[in-house]
Amino acid sequence: MAEASVLRDAIVYLGAAVVCVPILTRLGLGSVLGYLIAGCLIGPWGLGLISDVDTILHFSEFGVVLMLFLIGLELDPKRLWQMRRPVFGGGSLQMIVCGALLTGALYAIDLPWQASLAAGMALALSSTAIAVQTMSERNLLSAPVGRAGFSVLLFQDIAAIPLIALVPLLGVVENSGEPAWVSAGRAFGAIAIVIAIGEFLTPPLMRLIARSRVREIFTAFALLLVIGIAELMSLAGLSMALGAFLAGVLLASSEYRHALETDIGPFKGLLLGLFFIAVGMSIDFGLVLAQPQVLAMLVVGLLAIKTTVLALIAPRLGVAPAQRWLFAALLAQAGEFAFVVFAVAREARVLPDAWEALLTAAVALSMAATPLMVLAHESLSARRAVSKRQADDIEAEETTPVLIAGFGRYGQIVGRVLFAQGVTATVLDHDPEQIDLLRRWGFKVYYGDATRMDLLEAAGVAKARVLVVAVDTVKDSLAIVDLVRSEYPHLKIIARARNVRHWLELQERGVETVERATFESALRSARQALEALGVEPYEAREIADRFRRHNLASLRALQPHFHDEAKTVAIDKSGREELEESLRRDRETRTGSRGSEGWH
Amino acid sequence: MILIVYAHPHPGRSEANRVLLDAVQDLRGVKIQSLYDRYPDFAIDAAAEQEMLESARLVVWQHPLYWYSVPALMKLWFESVLVRGWAYGRDRPALAGKDCMWVTTTGSLEDAYSPGGKHDHPFSTFVPAVEQTARFCSMNWLEPLIVHGAHVIDKAALDIYAAAYRGRLQSYLQRHG
Repeated sequence: MAEASVLRDAIVYLGAAVVCVPILTRLGLGSVLGYLIAGCLIGPWGLGLISDVDTILHFSEFGVVLMLFLIGLELDPKRLWQMRRPVFGGGSLQMIVCGALLTGALYAIDLPWQASLAAGMALALSSTAIAVQTMSERNLLSAPVGRAGFSVLLFQDIAAIPLIALVPLLGVVENSGEPAWVSAGRAFGAIAIVIAIGEFLTPPLMRLIARSRVREIFTAFALLLVIGIAELMSLAGLSMALGAFLAGVLLASSEYRHALETDIGPFKGLLLGLFFIAVGMSIDFGLVLAQPQVLAMLVVGLLAIKTTVLALIAPRLGVAPAQRWLFAALLAQAGEFAFVVFAVAREARVLPDAWEALLTAAVALSMAATPLMVLAHESLSARRAVSKRQADDIEAEETTPVLIAGFGRYGQIVGRVLFAQGVTATVLDHDPEQIDLLRRWGFKVYYGDATRMDLLEAAGVAKARVLVVAVDTVKDSLAIVDLVRSEYPHLKIIARARNVRHWLELQERGVETVERATFESALRSARQALEALGVEPYEAREIADRFRRHNLASLRALQPHFHDEAKTVAIDKSGREELEESLRRDRETRTGSRGSEGWH
Repeated sequence: MILIVYAHPHPGRSEANRVLLDAVQDLRGVKIQSLYDRYPDFAIDAAAEQEMLESARLVVWQHPLYWYSVPALMKLWFESVLVRGWAYGRDRPALAGKDCMWVTTTGSLEDAYSPGGKHDHPFSTFVPAVEQTARFCSMNWLEPLIVHGAHVIDKAALDIYAAAYRGRLQSYLQRHG
């Protein structure tokens, strides 16, 4: 039965991943290797649990499509412009030198020049998945070596797009009987449609969907968008990945960028995992074992060439001399794009099947070597010097010091006061109408659920100094405070309390700066009422001030007992009597006096 | 036009100041700005205050004397209204040539303000801080009206002060239209 086998396959994939990935990450070897090994284990050459490898490989390539969409989303043109020097300078240098050397080497071992060129350039690309993960596991992303690495990877991600698109041109193009201008016209038409969708259709549509407040429909729409564009591109005979990338870039400056990122992220993660599993399954161990020397030569040659080139260009990218080999080790592997390029190249008959299997195996092994190389570098340099730590300079990204979670009437006032002082806060809200308004004001707005750590982090909570929690519900407010308190204890939290219980809950969590939403305005109304009765304005203010002081004092007295309902009521009552008493006493002394103290 | 800038935290509880104000408030051309009534939160609208001052010819500062000086809100008024670039520090200060009159009530009889008295200094010792504030803003300093022991003197004595106050403002108005 088909359904039964789908479920059975799912159990095999998920089971293999769940077993292998944690073990490998535990060993410090990274998740990609875990997926690859899981694939080898369950594939035809391992336990043979899965046989239909090609279908899975094809299906899971969609993980790559989603990844490119996300890369596109990250490519905010403004940010790219800020990083232009390391990205385009360093990145292109690495690509050209590595690509040329690798192409030459492959040509030297008897590959046709077209295949050498396609494979050489593909091997010059590093694995974003492996390198970024390795760096983030070691907290290197904001260090100079991490930033240089990220720039190179970013350039590669961009360069991979034309590479994937151009590789078929190297092959024997099958004549489909269609004149060239028709296919060219179709391609342009498809791209035009993608641009129209990304630029004009999607933002209002997303706003509309976001307004429906059904969270999963937004996710469904995001997936539909990417899959639809991918399908459109493949109909036009173009790369699905290219289309997804384009759509990502178009939406990079949209206010829903982070919502899209957080929604698509898990799908990308799973499908990319599946893709790596499929790659692991597709390694033809028969072929590989038949030519172990060739494979060994490919892996060693690939790593040797890339490591050397990377170490040589590292200083030009601002990497400290002591870290150049770390930089090289991080980026020496070939990456997931190589698999895609190989697959495209084979289909276009650029790359012979036998070579594709060998090269795929070589790429997989080079990926596996990355954590080992980094570990080796670490133990070597640890032996060499105890520690010549250089300060991690903080990335000067455009983050603001203030985050406002919840931008209803309350958060808005806070934000506007800050705005008037030239502090543009970063705003998190899930109301699409607010977002439109805010963007007109020039606020940085993240659409989404502020109780999600990933969104808070995307909004820059790690670098913020102040978090204003002004969300509507008590539950969300406390959830945010709990999240942030444990992860970012340095952050100053300024919270709005909906009621006394909420106020007490916040105090209990150590949030000192809490304002009760209605308290101050109610005091003002009370003053106006007093004034209407003939009390002088300044005296009305003094009365309100006394009330506030007393009220806070009795709330604080309530603090240790507030989980005890009966006691709360009792204290509340005694507090009220005490207030009356103190107000009465106050009035008596006041009417007796003739003026303020200090009238001489 | 005469602007009386009046500072008493509890105008209703004042006896002397109220009698003084009552004596002049019906005069045409006199405007009273009661600071504590207008700004109970001390959020002084400096621009509005300056505008009012600009249209006045005589500025009266009236208040009970607290700790030998003006009440807190009037001190804040000095600091936020009489600012550089408006009241001083420019070619033609906004208040240049205007007249300034100080009206204050004290809680001690005059002999308390003498060497060996309760305050150990003659009252004139405490005048310059206020007087120089006006002079620094290029205003002419008129003879101040000081009501000593405002809570002990009897109603008749207070009425004499009130009448004198009214008389001075009235003749000022007649002289300057």
